[in-house]
Amino acid sequence: MISQTSAVLKANKAAGNGNLIGYFPAGYPTLDESIEASIAMCQNGVDVLELGVPYSDPVMDGIVIQEATMTALENGFKLKQTFDAVREITAKVDTPVLVMTYWNPVIQYGIENFARDLAAAGGAGLITPDLIPDEAAEWLEISDKYELDRVFLGTPSSSPERMKTACDLSRGFVYAVSTMGITGARAEVDANARKVVAKVREASETANTAVGIGISTADQVVEVNSYSDGAIVGSAFVRAYADGGVEALVAKTVELSARLKN
Amino acid sequence: MSEQNLRSHVGPYFGEFGGRFVPESLIAALDELEATYNTAKADPAFAIELAELHRTYTGRPSIITEAKRFAEHCGNDVRVFLKREDLNHTGSHKINNVIGQALLTKRMGKTRIIAETGAGQHGVASATAAALFGLECVVYMGEVDTERQALNVARMKLLGAEVIPVKTGSRTLKDAINEALRDWVANVENTHYLLGTVAGPHPFPTMVRDFHSVIGTEARQQMLDEFGFLPTALAACVGGGSNAIGLFHAFLDDADVKMFGYEAAGDGMDTPRHAATLNYGRPGVLHGARSYMLQDEDGQTMESHSISAGLDYPGVGPEHSWLKDLGRVEYRGISDAEAMDALRLLSRTEGIIPAIETSHALAGVIKLGKELPAGSSVLINLSGRGDKDMETAGKYFGLLDAAKAGN
Ligand SMILES: Cc1ncc(COP(=O)(O)O)c(C=O)c1O
Repeated sequence: MISQTSAVLKANKAAGNGNLIGYFPAGYPTLDESIEASIAMCQNGVDVLELGVPYSDPVMDGIVIQEATMTALENGFKLKQTFDAVREITAKVDTPVLVMTYWNPVIQYGIENFARDLAAAGGAGLITPDLIPDEAAEWLEISDKYELDRVFLGTPSSSPERMKTACDLSRGFVYAVSTMGITGARAEVDANARKVVAKVREASETANTAVGIGISTADQVVEVNSYSDGAIVGSAFVRAYADGGVEALVAKTVELSARLKN
Repeated sequence: MSEQNLRSHVGPYFGEFGGRFVPESLIAALDELEATYNTAKADPAFAIELAELHRTYTGRPSIITEAKRFAEHCGNDVRVFLKREDLNHTGSHKINNVIGQALLTKRMGKTRIIAETGAGQHGVASATAAALFGLECVVYMGEVDTERQALNVARMKLLGAEVIPVKTGSRTLKDAINEALRDWVANVENTHYLLGTVAGPHPFPTMVRDFHSVIGTEARQQMLDEFGFLPTALAACVGGGSNAIGLFHAFLDDADVKMFGYEAAGDGMDTPRHAATLNYGRPGVLHGARSYMLQDEDGQTMESHSISAGLDYPGVGPEHSWLKDLGRVEYRGISDAEAMDALRLLSRTEGIIPAIETSHALAGVIKLGKELPAGSSVLINLSGRGDKDMETAGKYFGLLDAAKAGN
C-alpha cells in the first residue's frame, strides 16, 4: 500500500521543499473551533496535520498541551468526536490527517472499531506516544487491514535494534524525538536531534523521519528540515491559538512554513 | 485455577495484565533497571547487603502481635494477628522497597531519585534513603495530599528532599505519578524513578513485589514458629497493592490460606465516590501497565475518592488484576466511615494507632471474622502507623475542637 502521508512528505522533499507537521488538539477549545483551527493550519502551510485526542493522563505532554487538552475535556469532548473532526477536516482539505492518541482510549473504543471509523472518516493513521512496537501486535495487524499509517517513536536513547524495529514497523514516518523530555518549546533544539535522525538513517534506507519535541521557531523548522523529512510543531501552535485565536494561529503557520517552499 | 506455581510467576505479563505502555524514551532506562535488578538478584552480596540494612536500619524482622481485645469485635472465636510493618523505620512497609531500589540506584551510578507519594509514607521513606545514601531527592505529591498529609511534607523537607505539589488533574496520587514520569523522561540519564507501589511498567511490579515479599516470608515462618499453624486468611489494604502483595506472595501456593484485599470504598460501595478499582473498574492501560482501572467509556481515567491519601488511586498493580481474575484473592470495599471506626477501635483495644490506609484492612476483618468458622485465624498486614493521620482523625472525631474547648 502507499501511505498518503509518506507520499506527501516525499513529494515535497523531491521538489526541494521542506515539511511542516502541525499538531492541534481535537475539541480545543470546542469541537467546532478545533475543526476550524485545523483547517486553517492545513490551508496556510501545514503539510501533515497531527490531530490530538485529549486524554486525562498525557505523560508525554508539557503544560501548554496539557492545559489545552484539559480544556477540551472540561468542555465535554467525547472520543467519537475525533472522527467527526477528521471527517470535516478531510472534506475541506487534502492534507493527510494523523490522529495522535494515547493508547487507552483506543483500547476502550476497540482497536478495530477505532481503525475502521478512522479510515471511514478519511484519517491517514495514528501516532501512538505510549505504544511501543513490542506491545503493538494487534495494532500492526489491524492497521494493515485498514491501510492506516502507524507512527512509532525513535529517541536519543533507543538502541540500534529498537530503532530498526521502529523504522521497519512505522508507516508514514518515524517520529524522531529530538530530546529527552516532554512537549513544549525549547530555545535550542538539541544536537541530539541530528543524532536521532542519523540513527534512523542507519537503521533504514527508506523510512521517512520527522523531528518533534521543542520546535517553535522558523529557524528551527528550517534547520531540522535540512537533515530530516520534516519538523513537527505542537505547543507553539497551541500557544498561538490560546493567545490570539485562529488569526494568531494562521500567522504562526505562515511564519513557520514560509521558508520551506521555494 | 492452578494452585501450585503462582509464587514463581514474574513479569512482564501477569496473564493479560502488565507490560510496558510507556513512551519509547523510557525503554532504555527500564531495560537498564531490569538488567541491574536481575544481576543484583543473582548476586549473593546484594542479598546480604539488603538484609543487613533491614536488620540494622529498617528494624526487621518486624514482630507479630496477637490482637486479642480487637479480635473480640471480629466474630466468635477468631484469632487476629498483626504483622507490624508500622514498627519499621519511617512508620510503614514502604521502606522495604525503597531501600532495595536505593541500592539499585547506586549500582546504576545514578545520583538523583524522584518519587511520587500519596499518603507521604513512600515520599518519607524515599527522602530517608536519599539522606542515608547521599542522593538528591525530589518528591511529587498531589496538592490535595500535601494538605491532608502536611506532617509528612514537613518530614520530607527536614530530611532534605524537595517536595513539589502537583496542581494538575485531580491533584492526588495519579497526577503525582504523571508528573514523576514527565520528570523521568527528561532526566533519565542521572535519575532513577523510585516508584512506590507494584504498578507501573515492567520491571516495577515484579521488582517492588520482590522487595516487599520479605513481609510474607517472615510472617509465614513466624506463624509456624510461634503459633504452629498458618492463618486461615490474610488481609491487607490495597491502593497500588504493594503491602498486600508483600504479605500474600509467600502464601500464594498455600491453597488453604484465603486472601482478602480491601480497597477504599470512599463514601460507600453504592456511591460513585470510591477508589474500588478491582471491584468497579475494567481493564485498561494506566501509568505504563495494563490492569484494572477506573475509567469512563472513552477510557479517560476517573477520579477516585477516599479519605485515605494512600488508597486514593484509580489504578492497581497488574498482579492483583491477575489474582482477582484467577479467583486466588478476593477484593472487597471498605468505606471511609468503616475505616475510621476501625482506626479508633484498634487504638482503644490494642493501644496501636494504625494508618487510615491500614484501617481499611482492619475494618474488613471486623466483617470477615463474622463469616469465618469458629477457630479461624486472620493475619493482617499492619502496613503503617497513624501519626501522619492525626490531623484528619482529629477533625473526623472532633478531637481538636474538644481540645481547644479545654475538654
Ligand atoms: C501505611 C500505608 N499502607 C498502604 C498504602 C497503600 O499502598 P499499597 O497498596 O501499595 O500498599 C500506603 C500508601 O501510601 C500506606 O502509606
